[in-house]
Amino acid sequence: MTVVRALSGRAVDELTLEAVRRGEVSLADLRIHPETLERQAEVAAGHANPQLADNLRRAAELTRLPDDEVLAIYEALRPGRSTPGQLTAMAGELAGRGLPRCAALLTEAAEVYARRGLSA
Amino acid sequence: MAGGGDDSFSREVPMTSPMTGDGDRVLGGDGQRVVGRVRFMDAQRVNLDGFAREEPGLGLVALRSPADPEPGLVISGDRVTELDGVPEASFDAIDAYIARHGLDLQVAGEAMGLSEVEFARRLVSPDVPRAEIVRLSAGATPAKLARVLALLRPTELGQAMTKLRARRTPSNQAHVTNRLDDPLLLAADAATAAAFGFREIETTVPVLADAPSNAVACLIGAAVGAQGVLFQCSVEEALELELGMRGLTSYAETVSLYGTEQVFVDGDDTPWSKAFLTSAYASRGMKMRVSSGAGAEVLMAGAEGRSMLYLEARCVALARAIGAQGVQNGGIDGASVAASVPRGLRELMAENLMAMMRNLESCSGNDALMSESDMRRTSRTLPIVLAGSDFMFSGFGSIQRYDNMFGPSNFNAEDIDDFLAMQRDWGIDGGLRTVPVERIETLRRDAAQACRAVYRHLGLADFTDDHVERAVDAAGSKDLGDTDTLAVVSAAHAIREGGLTVVDVVAALDESGYEAEAERIMDMTRARLAGDYLQTSAIFDEELGVLSLVTDPNDYAGPGTGYEPSAQRLREIDAIRQERGVEDLREQQARFAVPLLAVAGPAAPGQDPRDVVIGVSPAVGRDVWRCLSGMTVPDVLAELLAGLEEEGCAGRVVRFNDTVDLGRIGLAAARLAGSGIGIGLQGKGTALIHRRDLAPLANLELYSVAPSVTAALYRLLGANAARHAKGGTPDPARNPYSDEAIEARYHTTVIALMALERAWVKPGLPAEELSLEGLR
Repeated sequence: MTVVRALSGRAVDELTLEAVRRGEVSLADLRIHPETLERQAEVAAGHANPQLADNLRRAAELTRLPDDEVLAIYEALRPGRSTPGQLTAMAGELAGRGLPRCAALLTEAAEVYARRGLSA
Repeated sequence: MAGGGDDSFSREVPMTSPMTGDGDRVLGGDGQRVVGRVRFMDAQRVNLDGFAREEPGLGLVALRSPADPEPGLVISGDRVTELDGVPEASFDAIDAYIARHGLDLQVAGEAMGLSEVEFARRLVSPDVPRAEIVRLSAGATPAKLARVLALLRPTELGQAMTKLRARRTPSNQAHVTNRLDDPLLLAADAATAAAFGFREIETTVPVLADAPSNAVACLIGAAVGAQGVLFQCSVEEALELELGMRGLTSYAETVSLYGTEQVFVDGDDTPWSKAFLTSAYASRGMKMRVSSGAGAEVLMAGAEGRSMLYLEARCVALARAIGAQGVQNGGIDGASVAASVPRGLRELMAENLMAMMRNLESCSGNDALMSESDMRRTSRTLPIVLAGSDFMFSGFGSIQRYDNMFGPSNFNAEDIDDFLAMQRDWGIDGGLRTVPVERIETLRRDAAQACRAVYRHLGLADFTDDHVERAVDAAGSKDLGDTDTLAVVSAAHAIREGGLTVVDVVAALDESGYEAEAERIMDMTRARLAGDYLQTSAIFDEELGVLSLVTDPNDYAGPGTGYEPSAQRLREIDAIRQERGVEDLREQQARFAVPLLAVAGPAAPGQDPRDVVIGVSPAVGRDVWRCLSGMTVPDVLAELLAGLEEEGCAGRVVRFNDTVDLGRIGLAAARLAGSGIGIGLQGKGTALIHRRDLAPLANLELYSVAPSVTAALYRLLGANAARHAKGGTPDPARNPYSDEAIEARYHTTVIALMALERAWVKPGLPAEELSLEGLR
């Protein structure tokens, strides 16, 4: 059985109340690890839900981004916030940083937003 | 549940029966004079509800509108080029997302080629497994599934739901909120909800700035009440995500989807922004479901003439396409819109089923009060409770209606005992259980004190002992008296600005002496990191095992299969706190025992023509001392004797030991009496007058409704018996009438009382005369 790790790399079994008492638990220790999400994606795909698997794989990518950047991308995807060019540029940047699935989502959005008048 | 309703609906739709309220006593709703029968009907609560004539142009149509497209799918290579009649070039954002991500093109030909009737039959048939329905549905377009589901009749919807929900074990979700955002009451109420068995708790705020405080208070309360309860704070999306990122909440469900592009954009989102948000929640290890449901598009005047079911079919297809694990639907805030049109309740239930067919978790609505009528709101919810869903309610109001800051739910604290009784009546698992009354108090006190300790330890606020005790005892926030609501705002501000996380809460609990609660939150935080609860329909059980589509798949295939409550769970469902047995009644009767009615000797025939015998049943003076009316047996006997005496007769009391039958007791008493007139009295209070020459089942007067007989009526019965003894024909006393459910209230007690009587029956044992001492 695989050892479950937190985003910080620590094994979750170490995340005890005793560790909290010693001041050794931070929020990064309570964040989910991308490998865990990848593993859950496999499970979802094996249970007749490839879309849930895709989502969990995008999520695995997003574990690398800080909270405020995640919120900023969400904001950029809302209607009328971004030009297709801005979305495409953002997609390129994400792809370059190793988030190809999130990048693909933004690329697709840029195309549909332009056609449907959802861009800025 | 989602926000976003407004009050314009009732002004804009054609109403078949506008009501005048209780103002005019002669005129009906339309100003015409109507007869009393109609005025009486008008005054019933159901007529406070709005009923809309079908109006497809406004989207006021449940299952099928002329403007709904014909189901259709055209595929070129691996690309959808036409979806439900719309060519690719004209796809709106919703079509585009579904076409690219939402359909399994490998089975599309088979699924779309299946006739709607055949598809519908497979939903219902126990011989077609759930997996097969899931496989086929993945290839079916929104219009196709809407047409299929529109064919199912109510019991067929139920049958299909039992088979198609993802998780085998059904469950339930609670709302925990209050008008004041009072943290101690939130903690006490969250603990109470968790103890009652709710596996998800949802809070929200009347004041947005209070949200971080509500999150901390409910997190603590839920941990006190039970292990493994998932918790969410439903607020504006950025703040909700922030609370989740700090580990204060563990799931979210207010990510709203809509069935038309216009309304979607009015809601300030697109399918892509929602898909991204879905991944954002998962990236922080949070369970998430989306929210949709009939009525939202109608209320925003954006239904484009489509039926509610078709628009919801688009929402659910999109939910699957963006990768959400589940859907909260079944009207939600728009439930009363669906309920206002013909076949609206079918539509609401079909929405839940739509999510199940697409292999998603169903959180099945029932969270908005959809009628002023108790019967209509029960009628809306019961079929889903009987069929069983992943979550039967997407928010059972565990608090009182007035404290529900989502608006009243369809069931609330007022209805918890009703719901527990309904589970027991049908032998089904609605996710709730009885909590011993002492335990409720203990948990509420623990939760309120733990919450106070954390707020104090973290320097958020100080609460008094009196405040704690009020929160423990409160049935709702109105019982709290004046509280410092500014303290809540400032605590919330400190939590948000100080970047407080679940680790801080755990440390504060631990350092304040709540080690077990701190341990619980840490255990759950660890369990969440394994990610198993991100799978479809996942909940934690109380040992932190995950129950989901993966670990607890629904295997219903007809009678004898699928979920059944375990023997232990069934006992839990059965043992409601109002349940009573014979031994409970024996103890209760013993509390009324007095040293009267001693045996005076064997019963002898009387000679005096004014002698009337009062025959009593075998347990009188032994185990039975109190009648159903609440009067004691000696008091009843005293009234009967006084009535006899008023008319110049003398009464005796004789206990018959060989029968519990009142006719036989009365007749035997009459045969002993010098007058030939006897009174029969069972310990429960049923009484009659008998005459020695009548058949056992005949009598002269009978009080059959024992709970309603008064002292005055017993005295009248005594007097009338004396009049019969003297040869008169008195006007018989009438049974008092009640329109209450007398039988529901007393039949269980009657059965137990008769068991006590029966235990004293000894065939052949002679009758005995009882002492009258102390009875006059």
